[in-house]
Amino acid sequence: MTEPILAVRDLTVELPIGGEWRPAVNRVSFDLHEGESLAVVGETGCGKTLLGRALINLAPEEARVSGTLVYRGRDLLRLTEAEWGRVRGGDIAFVFQEPAAALDPVQPIGAQILEAVRLHRASGSREAWEIARGLLAEVSFPDPERGLGEYPHRLSGGLKQRALLAMALAGNPAILVADEPTTALDATVSAEVLELLDRLRRDRGLSLLLITHDLGSVARHSDRTLVLYAGRVAEEAATADLFRSPRHPYTRGLLDCVARIGTTGSPEARRFRAIPGAVPDLAFRPAGRCSFVPRCPDRFAPCELSEPELYAAGSGEARCFLYGPREAP
Amino acid sequence: MSSPDTLLRVEEVTKTYPVRRGVFGTSTRRLTAVNRVSLAVRRGETLGLVGESGSGKTTCGRLIARLEEADSGRIWFEEEDWLALSGKGLRRRRRDLQVVFQDPQTSLNPRMTCADQIAEPLRVQGLATRRAMPGRVEELLAEVGLSSEAGSRFPSEFSGGQRQRIAIARALATRPKFLVCDEPVSSLDVSVAAQVMNLLVDLREKKGLSYLFISHDLAAVERISHRIAVMYLGRIVEEGPAQRVTSLPLHPYTAALLSAVPEPDPFSGRARVVLPGEPPSPADPPSGCAFHPRCPIARPRCREEMPPLFPLASGRAAACFFPGELQVRAAGAGL
Repeated sequence: MTEPILAVRDLTVELPIGGEWRPAVNRVSFDLHEGESLAVVGETGCGKTLLGRALINLAPEEARVSGTLVYRGRDLLRLTEAEWGRVRGGDIAFVFQEPAAALDPVQPIGAQILEAVRLHRASGSREAWEIARGLLAEVSFPDPERGLGEYPHRLSGGLKQRALLAMALAGNPAILVADEPTTALDATVSAEVLELLDRLRRDRGLSLLLITHDLGSVARHSDRTLVLYAGRVAEEAATADLFRSPRHPYTRGLLDCVARIGTTGSPEARRFRAIPGAVPDLAFRPAGRCSFVPRCPDRFAPCELSEPELYAAGSGEARCFLYGPREAP
Repeated sequence: MSSPDTLLRVEEVTKTYPVRRGVFGTSTRRLTAVNRVSLAVRRGETLGLVGESGSGKTTCGRLIARLEEADSGRIWFEEEDWLALSGKGLRRRRRDLQVVFQDPQTSLNPRMTCADQIAEPLRVQGLATRRAMPGRVEELLAEVGLSSEAGSRFPSEFSGGQRQRIAIARALATRPKFLVCDEPVSSLDVSVAAQVMNLLVDLREKKGLSYLFISHDLAAVERISHRIAVMYLGRIVEEGPAQRVTSLPLHPYTAALLSAVPEPDPFSGRARVVLPGEPPSPADPPSGCAFHPRCPIARPRCREEMPPLFPLASGRAAACFFPGELQVRAAGAGL
């Protein structure tokens, strides 16, 4: 296999809670290859957003980040803030949820895209304007020339997200980290934005990290899926394999929750499949056992006695004793 | 269309808002948010109201809850002229029709304990004595799956799913017959959303409640509803029994919505109906059928004439001159 464009090893993000360091992201490792789309899936509190932010050195100030983040042979965690300034946006760009909050309300989007263009590519103002217009066209913004003069509040959620994508592309990034890019959008618009991301990946060879709580939304838009639970990798597999035969009980639970069209039976008898309980609070995660135990339908004795490793399962790995040594070590 | 077990009947209800334009905001143009909408909900039934941003579905719910006043049309609740109620009479009757909002973060008061918020409607309506109050609050907390200890805490101490449970407990305090649920789970994770949806289904069965379930999520609406109404630009464009609508949509907009539901299957070959352009502004609706500029099967007639909501077979209706022409196979639909 070719060298990954981004190799993440033991990435840990700890937060100080009650005078102790608590790992919100706990020794997470994965590779991202060129042109690949990797979905990072988990519920609120699983650490997926923090993971995405750590990749661009935007973890909260009080956090302690460790591990290695090797991008094209360079460990990004050793960069200075000045060096990060070039990497962030230039090599690794990001779009976050809530496009409304990410845009400056008092500037037309053209000026905001222009700023991003100038930041990453020294160019004359006429040329920068052309680039900005080209970026809007690339994200299928209708009438890009006029679009540059529009203020954010005049745009629908979908168009705001397109404008943000145009800004993210301004530095010609190799990797795009997209955190819940479609959560705030209507279904038809959300499908369009995901299709746009697919196209950008094809056309630009962009590598994509797609962070979401909704496994269903990424089924057709990712090559591999990383399932996070309580800060740790619960399962990693080729997306096709993961959907066909989810290994970790948590992955199965997430898959069951996905809304599907085509229910049968009387409305009185219908129920939604849910995962009982909730992700344990960061301050209350007992070590020495599987963190999914309280919610797991398949738990058995070993799960209470030690924490499972990642074991080979299908095309990937699952952190579950169902796939590991039956005897507790 | 009225029958004795009809709980709520909405007839030709319209709501417009002034659009401020120009330097002095003097223009008298109006935006039609809800355009001659008619609906009926029977006792114990859930009507799912689906549409995207700007479709008017939320306004529709607010008109029914009398959080806003309709410009014209009539609403009957238990055969009573709902829009004629005012003052004390309205306040009294309101206990029968309550609302659960989308965002429990903003619908709950951050400075009141959960018990106080749940008790508030009881106090306002005079439905419980001071002595009976704690017991009733505890009962309501239990009904939504929370411990009595939760009552003494503040909303910020809860997760999104728990906050929505508290909002539901507050809505149930007055023992309503009807709940308007406006996107009750769209700010929640899928796993937690499923828990809250099950709670709503259980409460419906246990208490014989009726719901107007407003959502942009067609899959969730299909599962919880008996009937579905689809809104586009202020109008109902399709209405019918839930599974029939999703297994064979008659309006091309419903077909497009259906095709946009993400399919949890990497191998699915389902084609997506891509709608060209942006949704038009309700302040400036297209001529004829409002959907025609984005409709894959539009003909000249659609530009000129507005199709009414035609009643069709099997209790269905569609506002389209060519119903059922654009077909999308639903994923996993057992057909």
